[in-house]
Parts: sequence; structure tokens; C-alpha cells
Amino acid sequence: MTDQAGPLPTPLVERHRALGARLIDFAGWLMPVQYTSILEEHRAVRERAGLFDLTHMGELFVEGPEAAAGLAHALVTDPPSLAVGRAHYSMIVAGDGGILDDLIVYRLARDSFLVVANASNAAVVSDALVERLDGFRAILDDRTLATALVAVQGPAAVAILRPLTTVDLGALRYYAIAEGEVAGVPGLVARTGYTGEDGFEVFVDAARGVELWDALAAAGVPHGIAPVGLGARDTLRLEAGMPLYGNELDRATNPFEAGLGRVVKLARAGDFVGRAALEKAAAAGPAKRLVGLVVRGRGIARHGYPVWRGDRRTGVVTSGTQSPTLGVPIAMAYVAPGDAVPGTMLDVEIRAGRVAAEVVPLPFYTRSR
Amino acid sequence: MVPPDLRYTKEHEWARLDGDLATVGITAHAAELLGDIVFVDLPEVGRTVAQFGAFGVVESVKAVSDLFAPIGGEVVETNAALAGQPELVNGDPYGDGWMVRIRLADPAQLDALLDATAYDALVAAG
Repeated sequence: MTDQAGPLPTPLVERHRALGARLIDFAGWLMPVQYTSILEEHRAVRERAGLFDLTHMGELFVEGPEAAAGLAHALVTDPPSLAVGRAHYSMIVAGDGGILDDLIVYRLARDSFLVVANASNAAVVSDALVERLDGFRAILDDRTLATALVAVQGPAAVAILRPLTTVDLGALRYYAIAEGEVAGVPGLVARTGYTGEDGFEVFVDAARGVELWDALAAAGVPHGIAPVGLGARDTLRLEAGMPLYGNELDRATNPFEAGLGRVVKLARAGDFVGRAALEKAAAAGPAKRLVGLVVRGRGIARHGYPVWRGDRRTGVVTSGTQSPTLGVPIAMAYVAPGDAVPGTMLDVEIRAGRVAAEVVPLPFYTRSR
Repeated sequence: MVPPDLRYTKEHEWARLDGDLATVGITAHAAELLGDIVFVDLPEVGRTVAQFGAFGVVESVKAVSDLFAPIGGEVVETNAALAGQPELVNGDPYGDGWMVRIRLADPAQLDALLDATAYDALVAAG
């Protein structure tokens, strides 16, 4: 991935072009930001199903007799406690407790794990894991470039995938993963996602990515499936209250501040990178807190806009948009802990003015089950 | 091809002249580039705007963009329908998606605007 060569196309780039996608450079990859309309794509996922190319995500396989112990040292969660075929949300932090990335860790076998990292951090995570696994009988196999990842998300996802796959979807719980075929393509099927809907993420060899995409797209037609770009992926995750690295999470933020202290397993035995700093952070309490905001006046709160309580600047907006599902402007923001109680009225500085916004519990949207 | 009877700015606004009043909006090309428009912030009636000065803001799901006045003068009317239906800008940018009406301060300012042929060429040049 050299800068001179321009952004890297995924194996599906010609499909995106044929669908009329607007392509952008995202973390070094040439990715579809939208095909038709962000609002239409968003609604397709909430009401029917969406098809996503997520090949830009980092797929890091950690294997060996000490893979579990090595990951326990490298991450804030407790990978050895994962049952085979299950997954959990995790983080990798620096020695000072600052977040390097948020991750999903899947246990594929007793001695085999898949760590999925954000595209923008895949190289950082890969390098950090190599360093942290040193001394453990485990190896890191970075298969990011060799893997295509396609997701089907939405209420119709089960109906679309079931006739195509050898995996028993009824037995595949949320945050579980199984090996199997989809449309004859061997791979891994995980019941995970970033939309707030039920759905699946399918990992296959990059060379079989087009086959997988075409089969899912065709099977989805009677269900009204739509290809969905990064624009709607962002509005979907924001409604679902899910953090985005670079917005809610970064090196200057620890998991407790992000409201993700439950992810950090301080009760478990053994040291891990960042443990001492996170123990201190947990004891001291967070210096800022992530909250949900609903703008009550006219205007849309955006990333970087200051947040005020009266004359005191209390924090900053990390993500914001007009919620396609709720029809009101929503945002996430870091504010002083004392201003984080739901119901608190704050002001967002929008251009020259101040616009009222109410602290609300996250997530903004929860699907009906 | 854009409507031949309008005048255009390089920033993708249009103006339709009717006596000393100019109706102002953004072009279909601009609306397409912005994507789904979800918020339009317009000035109060009575405010005076300068030619090519910012007079408001249009927001799509992803982005915020300033609106620049094709012509200077007093804002005499704004499109109240956009408060509840900002999507009119996407659906009918040259009609129901209009934004403000401005009373021209100086008709000579029209010479600084593009005609349809020149605007088409600008868009074609990317």
C-alpha cells in the first residue's frame, strides 16, 4: 500500500462502479461512500437489508498454543475466557491507557483467534500485536489484503443468507462465528455488525469476493436489499450509539471516558499492556464522559463543535448528523462528568450561535426484536 | 443542460431575474454533489447581503456548505417550506427548492454572473 499508487481498490471495486457509487480514499482504500442516497441506504438497512463491502477492515489471525495468553497480554479483555466460536468487543490500549483501536476478537479454535481492526488502525494494531506477542508461542498472520469482508445487515439478513449457506444460522448467536460456505465460497460467517440491526459479516478469500457479493446481491433482490456505502454506515452506527475510532475514540481517550469501562477486565488475573494506567483511571474516575445529545433547537451538531453549559465550555461534539430514523439532529459529545446526566440541557455552538441540546441515554435507536 | 434563462455563480448558485427581484437557489449539480439535504439555514427577511457574500448554510447528511449570494441586496422573502422539507432542494432545485428572494441593489452586478452555457462548461470541466 504505497501512497504513490493511490488508494487500494477492493476486489469489488468494479461492482461499486457499475452500481454508480461515489468512491473515496478512506484509510488508503478506494471505498464507496454512497451508491444512491445515504438516506435511502440507511432506510434499506433499518427496514429490509443492506449489503456492505468492508474489505478495508484489518483481519489479523493469531495462532499458536499461547495465542490466548498472548492476546490476554496485548488487549484489555480476556480472550482466554472466550468459548470457541464466540466473539467479544475489545480494545488495544497504549501503556498510558489511551485507545489505539477498538476491535472484535473471534475465537475460531482453541489456539486460533481472528482480531478485526479498523482500516485506519490496521497497521498500528498489526505492529503492536507482533511486538506484544513476542515471547509467546503464537504468531500473527495479517491477512488483511488476502481477505474480502462482505456484510449483510438488516431485518431480512437471515432470510437472505439462510438459503445460501451451510452454516446453521439458527444456532449462530449474536457475537458468534462459524466456518462454512456461502454460495459455495468457503469462509467464516459471523453474526456481528455496526448498524444496530441483526446481520452477518462474511470473511472469504479476496479472490472469491465478487462471487460472494454477487450471490448475496441476487438472493437479496426479492427482499429489497440495497448496496450501502460508508456514509450510511456512519449514520447507522451513530444511531446505534456505537463509537467510531477517530471521533469518539483516540489515543487521548481511555475506555472509561468512552463509557466502555465494562470492556476492561481489571478483575482478571495477569498483567496486560495499559493495566496499571487503567487501574489508576478507574480509581480516579473519568475526566470527561461520552454522552448522547438531541438538538432541541434548529441546527445540526457536527464533529468538533464546542459544547457549553451556560457560560462554561463543557466539551466537544465528536459525531453528529440528522438522524434518518428519528428525524431529529443527534450527536455524541464529550462533556464534563457533572454535565453528563440525561435530561441536562446544554448548548452546542453552531457557527455564530448557540443551540439547545439535551443529554439523552445512548443508544438513540434500538431495534425491535 | 441547466435552465437557459437563469444566471449562475461558480459556487453553484442560480438566480432568476424578475424585474428588480432575484430568486436564488442552488443548482441540480450542487444538490447532487451534496447528497440528501437535511437542513437549510436562511437569513432573516430584511437582511442585506453582499454579492458573493455568504447568506446561509445548507447541510447534507455528511457535510455543511455555505450559500453565496449571486447578487447583492435586501432579502425580501425566504422559502419557509424548506424548514420542514429541506429535501425539496434535491427534488426540485430550480423550482420549489428555491431559497431566498433578493431585491437587487445594483443591476450591473449581473454582469459578474455566468450564463447557462458558461455554467455548463464549468460543470463539464469538473
